[in-house]
Amino acid sequence: MLIYLDNNATTKVDEQVLEAMLPYFSEQYANPSSIYDFAKPAARAIKEARGQMKDFLNAANENEIYFTASGSESANMAVRGVLGTNKNKRHIITSKVEHACIFNLYRQLEKEGYRVDFIDVNAKGELDLAQLKEKIDFDTALVSIMYANNETGVVFPVKEIAQIIKSKNPETKFFTDAVQAAGKIKIDVQDLGVDLLAVSGHKFHAPKGAGALYVNPGTMITPLIVGGHQERGKRAATENVPYIAGIGKAAVLAADGLGYEATEIKRLRDKLEAGILKNIFNARLNTGVTNRVPNTTNIGFEYIEGELILLHLSDLGICASSGSACTSGSLEPSHVLRAMNVPFTSIHGSIRFSLSKYTTEKEIDYVIEKMPAIIDKLTGLSPYQDELDALKKLKM
Amino acid sequence: MWDYSEKVIEHYRNPRNVGKIDDATCVGQAGSLACGDSLKIYLKIKDGIVTDAKFQTFGCGSAVASSSILTEMIIGKSLDEVKKITNKDIADQLEGLPPEKMHCSVMGYEALEDALKGYFDLDEVITAESSEKLICSCFDVTEGQILKAIEENHLTTVEQVTNFTKAGGACGKCKGQIQDILNGATGKTEERCNLSMAQKVLKINNIIDTQISPELRKDGGDITLVDVDGDRVLVKLRGNCAGCKNSNLTLKTFVETTLRDAVCKDIIVVEVA
Repeated sequence: MLIYLDNNATTKVDEQVLEAMLPYFSEQYANPSSIYDFAKPAARAIKEARGQMKDFLNAANENEIYFTASGSESANMAVRGVLGTNKNKRHIITSKVEHACIFNLYRQLEKEGYRVDFIDVNAKGELDLAQLKEKIDFDTALVSIMYANNETGVVFPVKEIAQIIKSKNPETKFFTDAVQAAGKIKIDVQDLGVDLLAVSGHKFHAPKGAGALYVNPGTMITPLIVGGHQERGKRAATENVPYIAGIGKAAVLAADGLGYEATEIKRLRDKLEAGILKNIFNARLNTGVTNRVPNTTNIGFEYIEGELILLHLSDLGICASSGSACTSGSLEPSHVLRAMNVPFTSIHGSIRFSLSKYTTEKEIDYVIEKMPAIIDKLTGLSPYQDELDALKKLKM
Repeated sequence: MWDYSEKVIEHYRNPRNVGKIDDATCVGQAGSLACGDSLKIYLKIKDGIVTDAKFQTFGCGSAVASSSILTEMIIGKSLDEVKKITNKDIADQLEGLPPEKMHCSVMGYEALEDALKGYFDLDEVITAESSEKLICSCFDVTEGQILKAIEENHLTTVEQVTNFTKAGGACGKCKGQIQDILNGATGKTEERCNLSMAQKVLKINNIIDTQISPELRKDGGDITLVDVDGDRVLVKLRGNCAGCKNSNLTLKTFVETTLRDAVCKDIIVVEVA
């Protein structure tokens, strides 16, 4: 049996998406830039996908959409692209809980001489908007704040952030990494007022290796990959036609599925969360209850290490992930949970469950049923029995 | 995901000898909750033989497996045999551990060592240990622990030291010190260039002004610093030096050697027109 609850890591490719991709491998394999009739279906497929992505993000024009090979590439293209056209400004802002693709890029830019501010979050994972406002100055070239957090699912008020930025310095560009928002909540770039926005196909049932970047018409960017004329000169490389067709189709399906996401997936997530927190005395929710995407929950198990929990879940066919140090190969726990000051008694034992449209009630019931025995076994291994006894008394 | 051996999997699924011994002869401890793994080992010793051992571990699959197999390795053994056990023995018994997980076997070894210290009450060893130089303050790793890991496991790189001891795995500030310890242990004298670009330029300029330029002037020549690009030092030769067919020799044998000795071993001197 396989119960896949790690959909923030990647998702299953939808059969309809796969079907939309298949013609462009061995049948309509032409280079879309070629002049002959045989290349027309490939060129049309890209045009159609661009329209689908435009609708998905509610962009005003297809020309505002660029296809890339990943969310990380989209993010790098946005940040480097904005800074490349704005070389006299030397200050950039982001949050302490960004995905590695922004967090480490900003660390790199710091080494390259940029003045960088990392904005704090509170214990619920919510952004310190007052601090953000205070940090923006005349020299701020770019603010990069994610839409939804990959580890906690916490959603940032992107529209309000855009207003804060523009009221303080209208010239400052605002990029949002919407990789974990896409397909989970409605994205409307015009309503949000963002300058640039990135999505990644494999988080909403397209294959890995397909991403997109929205850039509003008032924002100039330099290309990351220099070469041919593709993507209007902003992203050289022969277009990956089947994957672009795939992400376009996935965008259509994701838009159609937003209602199901907000009701049914949220119901199952809430059921899973409540079931675990009710039955396990040393479980605690690492976030607040509101302002989250509907599919994600992040729960800390005190005095137990996360990898050990994942290995035991895996033995039952249950796939989840952890912010623990041991799973990543790094020796430090997640920078996101550390920024939230999650207590060190539970930070190493934090588990993320992320659902998708393929998650069933039966699967959720099975996890709720199996979790207490696993946690009980592992709690028995812990050297912190006195602390656990005290915690148990407190909760009972 | 980690490619754990069958033995590791078997031991984290069904750990042996879990729990505590209430009337233990001695107890050893290693790691901490904040660091992400910790281990307590309880020993019962009678007539120089370990008659029972139990453990409690907070940690990942390989930490539990290391603790579990360690108890199996020592029960029924004489103290002389137990004292000889190293972290490598633990890893070998588990049919190997992923490189990033070797520190789990080290933690097992350290807890055992801690327990035996309590048993033998070796005061002088404990004082020597406690006054020992702390290298990694994130994970509380001392110079002695790093040297021991280097020696027993034949480590040659900072990355390996981090995998075995965790030292340098968090903030990374002690990586230079770890390199120094490695250099000392392996007899290498290489030095890393830890200067910032501005410091480097200032230092190069200073050496050229005070040590190199006066020497060249003696022969009727001179040198000016044009630019520093990473480790490449761009210079212009003037006077008799300019156009001298031995200028390349001057650059390589004198200018470059002087700068390498004084600033950084990686420096390459390039003449520009």
